[in-house]
Amino acid sequence: MPRSSEESIHGSPDAFVLENATQERAGRQVLAGVNIALPKGGFSALIGPSGAGKTSILRLLNRLDDPTSGVVRYLGQPIVNFPVRALRQQVGFVFQTPTMFPGTVASNLATVSMLAGKAMAAYPSSAEVLRLVELGADVQDRMAADLSGGEKQRVALARALIARPQVLLLDEPTAALDPEVAERLMHTLRRLRETTHLTIVMITHRLSEARVASTYTVMLEGGRVVEAGPSARIFSAPMYARTREFISAAQRAP
Amino acid sequence: MTNPTVEIGWIKLALASALILVAIALSAWQRLGLAKSLAIGGIRAVIQLTLIGHVLVWVFDTNRWYCVLAVLLLMVLTATLAATPRLGGASAQPRLWPICFVSILIGSSLSLAYVGVVVVDVTPWYNPRYLIPLFGMILGNAMNGAALAAERLQSEIETGRALIEAYLALGASAQQASAAPAQRAIVAAMIPTINALAVVGLVSLPGTMTGQILAGSSPTLAVRYQLVVVFMIAAATALTAAGVVLWYRRTFFTSAAQLVPRVSV
Repeated sequence: MPRSSEESIHGSPDAFVLENATQERAGRQVLAGVNIALPKGGFSALIGPSGAGKTSILRLLNRLDDPTSGVVRYLGQPIVNFPVRALRQQVGFVFQTPTMFPGTVASNLATVSMLAGKAMAAYPSSAEVLRLVELGADVQDRMAADLSGGEKQRVALARALIARPQVLLLDEPTAALDPEVAERLMHTLRRLRETTHLTIVMITHRLSEARVASTYTVMLEGGRVVEAGPSARIFSAPMYARTREFISAAQRAP
Repeated sequence: MTNPTVEIGWIKLALASALILVAIALSAWQRLGLAKSLAIGGIRAVIQLTLIGHVLVWVFDTNRWYCVLAVLLLMVLTATLAATPRLGGASAQPRLWPICFVSILIGSSLSLAYVGVVVVDVTPWYNPRYLIPLFGMILGNAMNGAALAAERLQSEIETGRALIEAYLALGASAQQASAAPAQRAIVAAMIPTINALAVVGLVSLPGTMTGQILAGSSPTLAVRYQLVVVFMIAAATALTAAGVVLWYRRTFFTSAAQLVPRVSV
């Protein structure tokens, strides 16, 4: 049984809890018994070297995959108890490589309400959501396939936001963005979390982002948790040498 | 009408086989490496068709409904065996087999039943002289439709995994997420049939018509039979392809609308 995330010991329950979660892919173990608790309303960062199992964990949180063994809890309940499509409308996922739907940006956004079988009126306006991700309303009529990598990433984010999710799962959302846009996007995400109580779980290789934006950090390696705790503590006083090494190596890198 | 068809005896058949020798000689001359395949194919054709001839004579003579149905079922089984081995890699075989068999069986049988009961009004209903040749023509096409549909669906889903998961992640059902691959697979399976409809009688003189004209029927009657066959093939191919696609695509998803991991062979 994992300890509750230190932030949420008092008050609200954790958004997600993984209990001894393992995952096998093509005979290879990618998660080797992961125990974590991610705070509700928090901004959690998953850090660690490539192949640590970060994406595998993120995919468990809106059931794109189920663990080979172990339990995933969402808001205290086993995640399998939630109807999967409703769960995914609450728990948005932005992939590392954005994939556009056919057609214009506007039709990409309209697809979300079409999939849910709800009227567009139930959602924030496209222009509003595009403003959040710093795209002008004029991109609505452009073909999504013709956008730049950074623009596609922001359309993917807008697509996830338009359903008013409770949780946003982000797999390296800034990888395709230039540093300036990346920084503004992080700012937007922080503001979103503060104003809407959105829970964010983000994978990032830019540790400066994790340090500045996140409230909770999980350091992973080889499919295991090295350590987890409030970001301020992880970055200022990591308990394990491996975390310290990883953080300082990342800071030395250009 | 008196029988105008010229009898082909064994000697005449031997003379006809000279034609395949031309192809073999050409292959040897140009070193195409096809001589052996052509020779084996020619011999196989002789053996297969001779055996089938005897089986048909036996079925026509016994004239029992269960014999006819058994032959029809055997034909579906053979068509499935011919359609599936090259599909989807070894890992997909166990799940593709029943899918193709049932889809071909249903697609072909429905079309045949409609024609047999409503259009041609075959008496008795199991009359092998009608059912077996008609079924043979349907099956060849249904088989290709099944193979094309399965092949295309698999490749569309494998290359489109990222897009499918993007849909799923936003709360799409497996059906919504794979609607475009399914459509493209059915279209791919129908294209040969649509092409055949376009050129029928112009580029190709199809089998039924040729056979009936050779057998002494009037060309107008032969044409009508051919049209029946063409429509029957279109229906059977569409039904079979739809069956394969709708069923096969379910095997790519779990009940929780998760895309099954790619199986490495």
